[in-house]
Amino acid sequence: MLMVPVVLASALLWQSCKPKAPASVSVGDAASKAYVAPGKYDEFYNFVSGGFNGQMSVYGIPSGRFLRNIPVFSEDPTTGYGYSEETKPMLNTSHGYVPWDDLHHPALSTTNGEHDGRWVFGNANNTPRVARIDLKTFRTAEIIELPNSGGNHSSPFITENTEYVVAGTRFSVPVGDKTDVPISTFKENFKGFISFISVDRNDGKMKIAFQLKTPGISFDLARAGKGPSHGWFFFSCYNTEQAYTLLEVNASQKDKDFIMAVNWKKAEEYIAAGKGEKVKAKYAHNWYDESTHTATSEILTEVLQLDPALLKDIIYFIPCPKSPHGCDTDPTGEYIVGSGKLAALIPVFSFSKIQQAIANKEFEGEFAGIPVIKYEAALHGEVKKPGLGPLHTEFDGKGNAYTSFFVSSEIVKWNVESLQVLDRVPTYYSIGHLSVPGGPTKKPWGKYVIAYNKITKDRYLPTGPELAQSAQIYDISGDKMQLILDFPTVGEPHYAEAIPANLVMPNSVKIFKLEENKHPYVALGEGQAKVERKGNQVHVYMTAIRSHLTPDNIEGVKLGDEVYFHVTNLEQDWDVPHGFAVKGANNAELLIMPGETQTLKWKPLSTGVFPFYCTDFCSALHQEMQGYVRVSPTGSNVPLKFSTGKIEDETNGAGL
Amino acid sequence: MKTLRPLSRLVVAVAALLMISAYYVPLWQILMWAPQYPEGLEMNIWINTISGDVKVISALNHYIGMKHIEVEMFPEFGYMIYIVGFLIGFGLLTALLNRRIMLWVFSGLLVATAAAALIDFWLWGYDYGHNLDPTAAINIPGMSYQPPLIGTKQLLNFTAFSGPAIGGWIFIVSGMLVLATLGFEIYTSRKKV
Repeated sequence: MLMVPVVLASALLWQSCKPKAPASVSVGDAASKAYVAPGKYDEFYNFVSGGFNGQMSVYGIPSGRFLRNIPVFSEDPTTGYGYSEETKPMLNTSHGYVPWDDLHHPALSTTNGEHDGRWVFGNANNTPRVARIDLKTFRTAEIIELPNSGGNHSSPFITENTEYVVAGTRFSVPVGDKTDVPISTFKENFKGFISFISVDRNDGKMKIAFQLKTPGISFDLARAGKGPSHGWFFFSCYNTEQAYTLLEVNASQKDKDFIMAVNWKKAEEYIAAGKGEKVKAKYAHNWYDESTHTATSEILTEVLQLDPALLKDIIYFIPCPKSPHGCDTDPTGEYIVGSGKLAALIPVFSFSKIQQAIANKEFEGEFAGIPVIKYEAALHGEVKKPGLGPLHTEFDGKGNAYTSFFVSSEIVKWNVESLQVLDRVPTYYSIGHLSVPGGPTKKPWGKYVIAYNKITKDRYLPTGPELAQSAQIYDISGDKMQLILDFPTVGEPHYAEAIPANLVMPNSVKIFKLEENKHPYVALGEGQAKVERKGNQVHVYMTAIRSHLTPDNIEGVKLGDEVYFHVTNLEQDWDVPHGFAVKGANNAELLIMPGETQTLKWKPLSTGVFPFYCTDFCSALHQEMQGYVRVSPTGSNVPLKFSTGKIEDETNGAGL
Repeated sequence: MKTLRPLSRLVVAVAALLMISAYYVPLWQILMWAPQYPEGLEMNIWINTISGDVKVISALNHYIGMKHIEVEMFPEFGYMIYIVGFLIGFGLLTALLNRRIMLWVFSGLLVATAAAALIDFWLWGYDYGHNLDPTAAINIPGMSYQPPLIGTKQLLNFTAFSGPAIGGWIFIVSGMLVLATLGFEIYTSRKKV
């Protein structure tokens, strides 16, 4: 009997010796810091990549409130993006219509190295493309495809004045006429390409200005220089082993891979001197015209290339430990932080030292014809024992850097000048990217660092095997970082960028002006609503206004016809979209903003009377906003007719 | 023949000139708020047109059977420019010709014009609020929607306000100046006797 208390006591003792799970509850005044009262606006817009949903989502910071999902590379039945006739060309590529992609990195446009609130760019990782989203409408305005690329991961990072958006390939691929080659001929036939996409200052129009032909390695991430380093671009590179199988092992053999420094001003000089080579390529360029409310897709057939192995001084390699991932320039433009994802230290390179090393030819050799600068010659210093698995670094504008650590699941704050670690906080769990508002610019707004995590596990109510994706906001206004809010995100978040609301909000479009609507099938009033037949195509010029569709009775459609509902929303009032859907359409709905025209194509597969209606709860009589279209057999003699509000004699037309 | 004091002539001339503003700024405004329109809707009445959220107001009002507000509905817009022009001319002439009797007439004209404008506006408001489409979606027996002449009134989910806009206020100031001048003339001439 005596044994019982002894066993109990030792069991209790044993329990108290076991390590405790990490504390996960935020403390103190956290709630008030993230609280934005109902009806009040957030301080920042946050543009968050949707990862494998191919979209970009918008959140308010610091509340974490979800504001909008912007369809970019994936079709979106909710808005009709990729389903309406007007938006289908946006997803056209050299491979035809591609309905899905994987968007990893947003990049807000800058002027003089600071956010200007005009556009946000995004990359398609799978079928390589770059998109430009207009922040006046929060819609995808343009998409350009990248030839000679195998996976557009190192993108869409931008230069100080948005002169260029870059696109570096993650997969090197065989190019040109020799594309059907054995995979084992990697070293001989595979090339990496970096594209520099120019952006028009006025209208944002994108164009591939030139491509740099680089050795067959993998490009991961990139950042432009700024201030003194403006004119240069820095890319992290991995797989300098040039492995083509089991990269997990085979691309991790070398102690150091590279940061690639690109002197793009030099590249411009070579182009001006006519050193570029025009090479055949096939890629799509798609843009949306806001006056016709219609996208156009063109296939381009040529691209300008430079070969830095022959044209010296465009690129240099800098050794960087263990498969660098993040490659981030600090707000001064002097320091470049390389984060080797398998390294136990963070090297910080100095731009002025790199320039000196180039001038003094302090090279340790060449890689595929490109000079490799000596590691020590380029190095400002190393952050010692910062954590495990450094990935990305952002800056607060007060001389501090914040680096995410995937393996040790934490954010570490350190001083860029002194390289001293100042603070560390856990993330829940396994942080990937992190973001400080204005973090990649010359003028970070600081205030918060937001973690984008890869694992959520026990943080939210479980929803089966697929769990919520998550972001976490930390207050960085004090010396110590403080977790103030967890919020779930749509899709899988990779990178994100936040911008003060006052740089975007005043430009937000409320309606499209009807008098500026140049859609070829617009009906600028109910008087212009009509139905026309062109062979087997039936074009319905329809209008929508609270609370009726005109026409709402259509007859004379025959089996085999293709019916195009061109619906114009006649409203000129804020927040009054109308929707449109027809029964049995192998398609989606339309969501039509005030003053806009959108087209739904419908091919009826059986005869009968098909209902259609407004899908957006527009008004008190929204439920009355509906109509019918009658489909008769092929060859039937039912005349084409249409009306709204016309009540016909019941005997009229009976039995026809 | 009674003449005017130099100060009176100046004030009357200034008052008349102030009325020129009627051609450049709105005279009257109708503001509306609803739970769905916290930012408010406005309709500005100018000397010859209407501006503001007229289409939106019409779109909303069609549910209760009100007419679409169109500039063509108001013959007033065709002749108001001449009436105001005449008033300005008469005022300037009063200052120029220096006759007290003209100041009397001018004052009378201003008061009469203001009264006529208000009556006209009330009559339009009555028709607009009562003459409803019998097939309208919302039909509340006994309910009419006459907008307020001046001030605030609740109409279903809308709070409507009606009152002078900047041009209207300038007009009121002009009228006050003219009436005050007339009073000043009467007062000073009595003292002389």
